[in-house]
Amino acid sequence: MKKLELGIVPIKDIQFASKSEVKGDTLYVNKEDIIDLLKEDENIENIELFIAKPGDSIRIMPVKDVIEPRVKVSGNGAMFPGMVSKVDVVGEGRTNVLRGMAVVTTGKIVAFQEGIIDMTGEGAKYTPFSQLNNLVLKVDTKEDIDKHKREASVRMAGLKTADFVGKLAKDIEAKEVETFETLNVKEGAEKYPNLPRVAYVYMLQSQGLMHDTYVYGVDAKQTLSTIIYPTEVMDGAIVSGNCVSACDKNTTYHHLNNPVIRALFAEHGKSINFVGVVITNENVYLADKMRSSDWASKLCDFLGVDGAIVSEEGFGNPDTDLIMNCKKITAKGIKTVLVTDEYAGQDGKSQSLADADASADAVVTGGNANMVINIGPLDTVIGYPEVADVIAGGTAGSLKPDGSIEAELQVITGATNEIGFNKFSAR
Amino acid sequence: MLKCVHYINQFFAGIGGEEKADYKPELRKGVVGPGAAMNAAFKGEAEIVATVICGDSYFNENEKEALATILDMIKSEGADFVVCGPAFNAGRYGVACGTVANAVKEELGLPVVTGMYEENPGADMFKTKVYIVPTKNNAAGMGEAVGYMAPLALKLAKGEKIGVSSQEHYMPNGVRTNFFDEKIGAERAVDMLIAKLAGKPFVTEYPMPSFDRVEPGPAITDMKHARIALVTSGGIVPKGNPDHIESSNAQKYGQYSIEGVNDLDADHYETAHGGYDPSYANERPDRVVPLDVLRDMEKEGVIGSIHPYFYSTVGNGTAVASAKKYGTEIGQKLVDDHVDAVILTST
Repeated sequence: MKKLELGIVPIKDIQFASKSEVKGDTLYVNKEDIIDLLKEDENIENIELFIAKPGDSIRIMPVKDVIEPRVKVSGNGAMFPGMVSKVDVVGEGRTNVLRGMAVVTTGKIVAFQEGIIDMTGEGAKYTPFSQLNNLVLKVDTKEDIDKHKREASVRMAGLKTADFVGKLAKDIEAKEVETFETLNVKEGAEKYPNLPRVAYVYMLQSQGLMHDTYVYGVDAKQTLSTIIYPTEVMDGAIVSGNCVSACDKNTTYHHLNNPVIRALFAEHGKSINFVGVVITNENVYLADKMRSSDWASKLCDFLGVDGAIVSEEGFGNPDTDLIMNCKKITAKGIKTVLVTDEYAGQDGKSQSLADADASADAVVTGGNANMVINIGPLDTVIGYPEVADVIAGGTAGSLKPDGSIEAELQVITGATNEIGFNKFSAR
Repeated sequence: MLKCVHYINQFFAGIGGEEKADYKPELRKGVVGPGAAMNAAFKGEAEIVATVICGDSYFNENEKEALATILDMIKSEGADFVVCGPAFNAGRYGVACGTVANAVKEELGLPVVTGMYEENPGADMFKTKVYIVPTKNNAAGMGEAVGYMAPLALKLAKGEKIGVSSQEHYMPNGVRTNFFDEKIGAERAVDMLIAKLAGKPFVTEYPMPSFDRVEPGPAITDMKHARIALVTSGGIVPKGNPDHIESSNAQKYGQYSIEGVNDLDADHYETAHGGYDPSYANERPDRVVPLDVLRDMEKEGVIGSIHPYFYSTVGNGTAVASAKKYGTEIGQKLVDDHVDAVILTST
């Protein structure tokens, strides 16, 4: 059994100051505190900090990760176990959440697959992060290190900063408390004998070569499918390390606030018994795909569930994992709903997924990522606007002389998210 | 007020059933039969000025002639838009409604709406061409059908933006259209699962297509004389990506000469692909397009020869329709150049 309370500390403003602290609903940050912390990494050459608020004429690009600061107030372990704190089981006790803000990392491009967050205008409509007060870290690593080390440095810089900011709210009294409880399999079956049993099959991006996700510090591509309590996810057991297309990668913020977990909890004990979460990877080798989908379906069967929601991350190659999971879970007599997004071409007339099966008869979509958008120039660009021409979804000439960008929706961070974070969809 | 011409068959005009199905096109002023309900549903924004009636057999057996007459009748009334049916599950009537609606759209350039049951053969024939409102399978569904057809027809006639199929109540027409739904995706997924678990109806947001599978060609028996080509979706291009192939959803493919080239080295080649870590491909592009090994085999006489060009595109988020087009074009070029076999590498 696991019970976690999220203590909500609303953050409505961020300001730079001489002392880092949370006072009222404002976060004050002393830049030097963060720079000192991150300079521990010898691969980091330069760090700049910015504040981007909703409505500001600011574009952030290329965005690497978005992270919500949280802190363990009580209960086992600390945030982001295996990454910035030692490996220990999390997911119970009390965690304070700085709601309404995020740490956003940017820097020189690591790969093609990094995105854009606009704080106002057309682009802002498609990314949920335009609604947050963002503490933006521009991290420049040494030029002579390879891309993988660069990725690791920027990833860890974001997590360390979120951890630092989260700890500022450890002793702050929460404005409201949200409680989530998962019983063990036996207790749950006894308590809700008449409710359909439901699992969440949470597919984690693990195509490798900078398409990675970490679970308690382990690279997900080296894992077998396994079971995790949903509250562990809220405490940072899963973090993003990936650079897949910006529109449908799960940032660490998405993992912490997984809306499928929230929506299942909302119905838990009423119309369903939300039994738990099966995490499974999306490796590129056929043998891995077969093994992981075998295990995911086997674990659903083992949990004795009647239904499962399966969410994808990324597109193309992982479409085959999605369909394999669907076929195998359905074959166990379990009803499935899939959550994905689409690449139906700029005209919307092409086939949306790279794989298909008749068993996938209940699908929720986050929209067509190939749709062309035009986002006008903004006053300030934090990062490097020239990458618009090369990031996934951009093309030569995407960046116009006036600073506007014409590109596919793919370029916007979180736009067609596949854990159902947004209202955006397609028919 | 907007002027509408309504197309119906002999049965709904009250002329008769099967025995009158050979009824020739007739133009009547004002509303006939279901036109009254349609007219009322326009709520004063439009008016049915005339009704064109045609027997279902006559239409289907004399399509060209009937259609020409019907279009002339519609034109003569100066219609701003046209409504056909609804046809419910009447097969020939559905085909007639679809055919007339499609001709009105294509030849007269007028806004048009029709309605029919989803299993009416006219639905599959025309749903990607014109707006078809799904109806019940018999005339008991007239009120509901009119309730959806009239507002959609008015919107089209007024040139307003048409929303997605689920909002405007037309059959999905093969064009995926983005929009902001009322609930977030996760809540929609949970709602859908609860309905599915309870055996209640639910509507998938993405109906799965039937999949196009290609049979592999027969194996080559005489490799010693075979001409081999290299084709990749791994994005290997001459350094600098001269054709600007996109890193995702490629809009083109490239054809590059490898005459006299013995391997694809890092000084002259790189990948344009945005879907994988390019480090190892850029270090040695042969890893994606194995020209080096193939040249060895050519020298050793294992294969006959290597086609002097390789073809490359980016298979990252690239629309299936584009991939199909590039594949067909490249395939044709290879056939024309007498290539026997292709090594097709992906990433």
